[in-house]
Amino acid sequence: MPGFKTYSGSAAVLDRDHVDTDQIIPKQFLKKIDKAGYGEFLFFDWRYHSNGEENEDFELNSPETKEVSILVTGKNFGCGSSREHAPWALKDYGFQVIIAESFADIFFNNCVKNGILPIRLSKDELRNLQSERAGNLIRTLRVDLEQQLVENETKEVFRFEFDPYWKKMLLNGWDEISVTLQQEALIKEYEDERIVN
Amino acid sequence: MSKTIIDKLWDSHIVVEEENKPDLLYIDLHLIHEVTSPQAFAGLREKNRTVRRPELCFATMDHNIPTVDRFNIKDETSRLQVQTLEKNCAEFGIQLEGLNSEQQGIVHVIGPELGLTLPGKTIVCGDSHTSTHGAFGALSFGIGTSEVEHVLATQTLWQNKPKQMNVKIEGELGFGVTAKDVILWFIAKYGTNVGTGHIIEFSGSTVRKFSMEERMTLCNMSIEAGAKASVVSPDEVTFSYISGKRYAPKNQDFLESCKRWRELASDENARFDQTIEIDASEIEPMVTWGTTPSMCLPISGVIPAEENSSSIEEKQSLLNALHYMGFKGNEKIEHIPVQHVFIGSCTNSRLSDLLQASKVVEGRNVHPEVRAIVVPGSQAVKKEAENLGLHQIFIDAGFEWRESGCSMCLGMNDDIVPEGERCASTSNRNFAGRQGKGARTHLVSPIMAAAAALNGKFTDVRSILPKKEQEVDRYAGV
Repeated sequence: MPGFKTYSGSAAVLDRDHVDTDQIIPKQFLKKIDKAGYGEFLFFDWRYHSNGEENEDFELNSPETKEVSILVTGKNFGCGSSREHAPWALKDYGFQVIIAESFADIFFNNCVKNGILPIRLSKDELRNLQSERAGNLIRTLRVDLEQQLVENETKEVFRFEFDPYWKKMLLNGWDEISVTLQQEALIKEYEDERIVN
Repeated sequence: MSKTIIDKLWDSHIVVEEENKPDLLYIDLHLIHEVTSPQAFAGLREKNRTVRRPELCFATMDHNIPTVDRFNIKDETSRLQVQTLEKNCAEFGIQLEGLNSEQQGIVHVIGPELGLTLPGKTIVCGDSHTSTHGAFGALSFGIGTSEVEHVLATQTLWQNKPKQMNVKIEGELGFGVTAKDVILWFIAKYGTNVGTGHIIEFSGSTVRKFSMEERMTLCNMSIEAGAKASVVSPDEVTFSYISGKRYAPKNQDFLESCKRWRELASDENARFDQTIEIDASEIEPMVTWGTTPSMCLPISGVIPAEENSSSIEEKQSLLNALHYMGFKGNEKIEHIPVQHVFIGSCTNSRLSDLLQASKVVEGRNVHPEVRAIVVPGSQAVKKEAENLGLHQIFIDAGFEWRESGCSMCLGMNDDIVPEGERCASTSNRNFAGRQGKGARTHLVSPIMAAAAALNGKFTDVRSILPKKEQEVDRYAGV
């Protein structure tokens, strides 16, 4: 996986709380056995009407938000099922960064493991971040993981907390399993001492 | 220093502990199903890796499978997913209890009933309702597919220790009030993210009196409160449930295990980051009316209307939920008609759930406009229920009696609620589209689902069930 250092792009605002993984990717799309091609099913029931036509009212369907790569949303984003198909779909659609008031725990982990940067900002910070918002679009946000900051169009800077270990993993794009396998001797020692069965 | 059960479980599984790093935790049991595992096995194959401890893995198929004519999976992608699990388990040497096994069932039902789920273990599964197993005093949580692959390859996971919350439930539950109502009430009162970043210990006299199956229902839905995991300190109720289970320790080994397990309970004065105290006697039979589990009211309640919301955000989410659910606001819960009833899922498909629901329907008839199904949690539950004649009670009343699986909880198979129709469901999530596109889910306990099936609308089960029977059954201690 390539490392994640800085990123600039336009953002769409999905002004909703408690967006669950059933909304991010409905269950009928969980039957595949590979990781590719979930983007077209992202937010499926919100993006499309029952007759298959695009729902023009949905935040990501307006002409100006078609090319966004950052999602700005509310609290408890990604709650519900542990399906990693949710970040696979977000990534495949083109999202690199998700900025929210809070995330569900499993979803947060799933993002990090797929090279999506999940950023927590307070409600007030989220409001200020969107000061130049046009409709559901924020034209430019600059994200710097090394410095742990987001900068908006008016050059206002918002700092965010990030776990130092996961930061290192994301910055370097390391394969977590390879990192863990370097601890093989300690795993073996634990097993021998505890006789895990 | 006094420790909580969470501290004890955590500390005893640390393989690597370094500053500014999550702890590397050892995983004792890895449960696997067909939906969240194929990409993990593919990842192993791609990197030429093996499964470190196949004997600590246990697989079944539950999400995708039909509950009628179960060997004939018509949907091609579902069939491929099931076949892929068979192939992966054979290749990597993992025990699989497939469709033709008497041990098959919902992964969170069979773990406990086979004695795989034990106090003191760390248990993971690529499924958020893995929280269920915490009922035994195990540290048990749901993981994504990348983590499934990580556990397969290393038998460990990097985890930051969450905060700890003590949810103390004291007092007597009222007549007709179940463990399901307790957890729904908790989420209604404290919200779907009260537990985010926390592991919850459920404690108090109410929890101590619960059977293991009731404790499982409670822990099962702690994920709906946002918790990383939840746990109940093990006690004699736990040990007597485990005793004699297929894979549980036997004889002297069992007695010694009990001694060890007894030590797991939280020490007196152990410190929690937060404590919430609940008076069980306040709780009534609950029904969700909206699109998150916190949108939930007692059966006597009235659905909120636009004018009740205190902020713009709250108003918008209320309006969205009302619109999706087909309400205007101010409707009485007791007036809501239902067209479907689903008794099943990893929350409420165990023998005691079916037993209690059968007491409500016995000698009565399902409303002519209701389609009602019972989906036992496992083949073992189905068999036990049939031995007790429960299937006949349900069938005589007009229910369909199905094969085991996740079924209408998430509708990955053919068990779907049609658009615009309502389902009284004993499952755990009422998200938009969960049971089918446009389906309207109302979460309830098994006895409330049974009552809705009879009357074709939500009904206070206390008006149907003779008080004496209810009291006897609650602690039927299965």
